[in-house]
Amino acid sequence: MIKNISNLGDAALYCDFGPEVNKEINSKVIRYFKSIQKENIDGINNLTPSYNKLIISFDLRKKNFQTIKKLIENLNITNDDELETNRIKIPVCCDENFSLDIKRLEEKLQITRDKIYEKFFGKEFFCYMTGFIAGMPFLGDLENELQAKRLETPRVKVPKGSVGLTEQFANVYTFESPGGWNIIGNTPKVIFDSTNENNPNLINPGDVVTFEQITKEQYYNNNE
Amino acid sequence: MNKNYFEVKRAGINTTFQDQGRENLYHIGIPFSGAMDNRNFQISNKLVGNEVNFPIIEFAYQGPLLKYFGENINFAITGDVKFIIRKKNTTIEGKCYQSFALENGDELNIISTNKSVYGYLAVSGEFDVNYQWSSCSVNTKANIGANNGKKIEDGQKIYILNINKNFSDKKLNYINTKIENIRVIQGTNFDYFSDEGKKIFFEKEFVISKLSDRMGMRLEGPKIENIVDTNIKSEGLLKGVIQVPADGNPIIMLSDHGTIGGYPKIGVVISADYDKLVQLTPGSKIKFKKVELADAETLFKLYDLETQNLISQI
Repeated sequence: MIKNISNLGDAALYCDFGPEVNKEINSKVIRYFKSIQKENIDGINNLTPSYNKLIISFDLRKKNFQTIKKLIENLNITNDDELETNRIKIPVCCDENFSLDIKRLEEKLQITRDKIYEKFFGKEFFCYMTGFIAGMPFLGDLENELQAKRLETPRVKVPKGSVGLTEQFANVYTFESPGGWNIIGNTPKVIFDSTNENNPNLINPGDVVTFEQITKEQYYNNNE
Repeated sequence: MNKNYFEVKRAGINTTFQDQGRENLYHIGIPFSGAMDNRNFQISNKLVGNEVNFPIIEFAYQGPLLKYFGENINFAITGDVKFIIRKKNTTIEGKCYQSFALENGDELNIISTNKSVYGYLAVSGEFDVNYQWSSCSVNTKANIGANNGKKIEDGQKIYILNINKNFSDKKLNYINTKIENIRVIQGTNFDYFSDEGKKIFFEKEFVISKLSDRMGMRLEGPKIENIVDTNIKSEGLLKGVIQVPADGNPIIMLSDHGTIGGYPKIGVVISADYDKLVQLTPGSKIKFKKVELADAETLFKLYDLETQNLISQI
């Protein structure tokens, strides 16, 4: 199922599941990730599942590329487990102070902001992965008409709570962070809670997320 | 109970608690963090008789000014750092890589790093810090780790527990050497770049931008031309990965990096050169040299042996 394994630097395996990005491929990546996690292999110090890749980092003091590669190739991965799914609603305010790139998007996509919102809100999105910054969910798929490239030069600071679009995906910036996604609004909801060490992420891979538009008043009245 | 403490008279620019960092959290978006320069972090602990992975205070450029209250304690500073100790009747010029004593009322003034970024302060005791996911390392973006995940601030107190009362002075002869070239392994998107772009990457000099911090190091220089796609499907990142966004200026991922990125990866800095890389100051010139995986593995073994050697000399 892994199409190709190569090295990313001297302390990681780069497992490629093929060029397509879809739920089927992603579910395979997530199953591999979960299986390797269960194995608790000495020397592996991080696993990063993404749309169609799995990066396996290891401690170069204990292991090297060849030894980890052999271990992974010899693993027996089962495909039977159903992935866990939660349904989550995320409120978003599109006030002009929050929708930093809406004008840019109108130009890039050649449609009005109302059309953009209509095609975004109330639709179900699948969580492919979490990361970049702590707890940030990568959600898809956006309709073709909403697909735009990243900013040419990433912003040094994207505000916390920003909801962004890039290509067929949407995300939420759980913290102020550098980033290059097209920002259309902001959510008051807490997406990442570091005090909950066992379950810090509100949204996890395999979950289904729906965005709901709220007013400025509703945004500031949110108690979170 | 906590009667031994530093009062922070001046926090410095980017002063945080760090240790070895935290593992196995990339998948939820949390990077390793930890001391940027791992060798100098470990040595600082050994110089005060601690386990090498004890929490220390990391500072960048200008360090903290600390007034000490409590029983006699020892400390050591590593890196290339200018500091003084002000006692009641005298001022002592500090030296890196050796332990010094502090008495009640003494002031430790960590003035600055010299032509380097990070320095480390360890004490012969335990900083009273909280841990998240088994590490005190502060990640200021996610507010994770000791001190509520924040930088150390002016006016706060830093408590110290379990002072080692049988301490004997320690010293190490060591000079931080500068590195001429940063060695890299070709990245997974190396072929996204034009022949000219590849040549520029390995032959031209780049300048480290001021927009560099614990997350990443931005470089400026000749633009590296992309001929395939300036975006990739977002995927995992690592310390040392060099991404090139559409503007053609490389960004090197550092210890607090985002765990996922969507720009093509032209290369990865080898593990052996990471400690030296992070010490390069904004404005410094940087040049990349290509090495193969097998060489990188050998170079890391040598670097790690050298670190273990230094530690065993203390």
